[in-house]
Amino acid sequence: MRYLEEFGDPALADRLLEQIHTVTTRPWAIMEVCGGQTHSLIRHGIDQLLPASVEMIHGPGCPVCVTPLEVIDRALEIASRPGVIFCSFGDMLRVPGSGRDLFQVKSTGADVRVVYSPLDALAIARQNPERQVVFFGIGFETTAPANAMTVYQARRQGVRNFSLLVSHVLVPPAIAAIMEAPACRVQAFLAAGHVCSVMGTGQYPDLVRRYRVPIVVTGFEPLDLLEGIRRTVTQLETGRYELDNAYPRAVPAEGNPAAVAMLHEVFAVTDRSWRGIGMIPGSGWRLTEAYRDFDAEARFAVSDLHTVESTECRSGEVLQGLIKPHECAAFGTRCTPRTPLGATMVSAEGACAAYYRYRRLNPHAMSPPARAVTVGGAAHV
Amino acid sequence: MCLAVPGRVVALGERDGTSMAEVDFGGVRKEVCLQYIPDAAVGEYVIVHVGFAIQRLDEQSARESLAAFARMGLLAEELAGEGPRTGPSDPIEEAIR
Repeated sequence: MRYLEEFGDPALADRLLEQIHTVTTRPWAIMEVCGGQTHSLIRHGIDQLLPASVEMIHGPGCPVCVTPLEVIDRALEIASRPGVIFCSFGDMLRVPGSGRDLFQVKSTGADVRVVYSPLDALAIARQNPERQVVFFGIGFETTAPANAMTVYQARRQGVRNFSLLVSHVLVPPAIAAIMEAPACRVQAFLAAGHVCSVMGTGQYPDLVRRYRVPIVVTGFEPLDLLEGIRRTVTQLETGRYELDNAYPRAVPAEGNPAAVAMLHEVFAVTDRSWRGIGMIPGSGWRLTEAYRDFDAEARFAVSDLHTVESTECRSGEVLQGLIKPHECAAFGTRCTPRTPLGATMVSAEGACAAYYRYRRLNPHAMSPPARAVTVGGAAHV
Repeated sequence: MCLAVPGRVVALGERDGTSMAEVDFGGVRKEVCLQYIPDAAVGEYVIVHVGFAIQRLDEQSARESLAAFARMGLLAEELAGEGPRTGPSDPIEEAIR
């Protein structure tokens, strides 16, 4: 597919790697915020090809992973009700709630459907006017415009039996929270490319100045990641901290103004809890008053939620970059993609799932990758 | 979940008052909402996420990036009197060691 293969070219990857090795003289810790970037780094073995002194810390940019347990339990409760068709992206189905997941609820007879796009859920609502259709609206700024447009269309078309269970999260407040944490080791960030495709880069200069931290907008293919890392290390080595855009083919500085306008029409900023991390002020979106009729949380009163988190799962530490997945005692034994204890082992963007899938099973045996940087398959967030 | 993939617009259309496009992803075609890139033309590349075009792919910028990567290190090698390295496995093996 065009513009995927080209940005996985092994010969050009060699050039970029060589540059990174040339400029690196000291230890550096760089966080890739986005889980899609984590998967790409691990899949292509890029972290193992970097100089040993450059550590990639995996960030919390996995929307499935950070959706609060209370919201998952609420989804399970709503999905279980008669007359409800509960629609979701596929990743959410195996995310453990307090004792069960959407897949299990589906197997007991609930009408849970996986959709590709939120517009598919709206079409299901139009086709089933006697049923209540709920869409699980999760995701970062990349996904929020799709959900915003769907609610906007539901209102415009008068589809009253459609509602959205909203658990949207935002990247810049998470970066601030990471930098404010006492145990923070992060010295620079690769910002999530497709979040910036929507929002532009205007939110980052303030973070760069406030925390004196380089932020480099980065894509997802091997060459994109290597170029983002090269520019980041170059800034660190020369004592600079700037906003830089290493993904210009998909990120104009202004982002997508039409999408941002729709986000402001439908959503307002709110405080949001992140699973494994806790409350981050101003880090989420909720529906505005004008769209409150489409809020599943208001439409379906759910009380008596008693959340029970796994005591063994250390996904919170993984999401904060404090440990690597294979440092958890349950990793790969009691916790696998088939029997996940936490959402980071479920999602296609979860760090634990990436380590498991690409066989990074032992923290002490860092084996070289089976093959060098390979041609990219698909890009994330 | 947050997969976003470049695809080429092959046809423009409309459904329920919403601007839509048929987009080709290396042979697989999907209907995509074009409300956020309303002026995308047939033949252009857009970046698609959960059925929505969220950005236009700037092909010139993509070509410039690839050309810049190709030039990278060449000047230093010429100054050092070496030709460009062509064996793709050498620096990678060094890095692994």
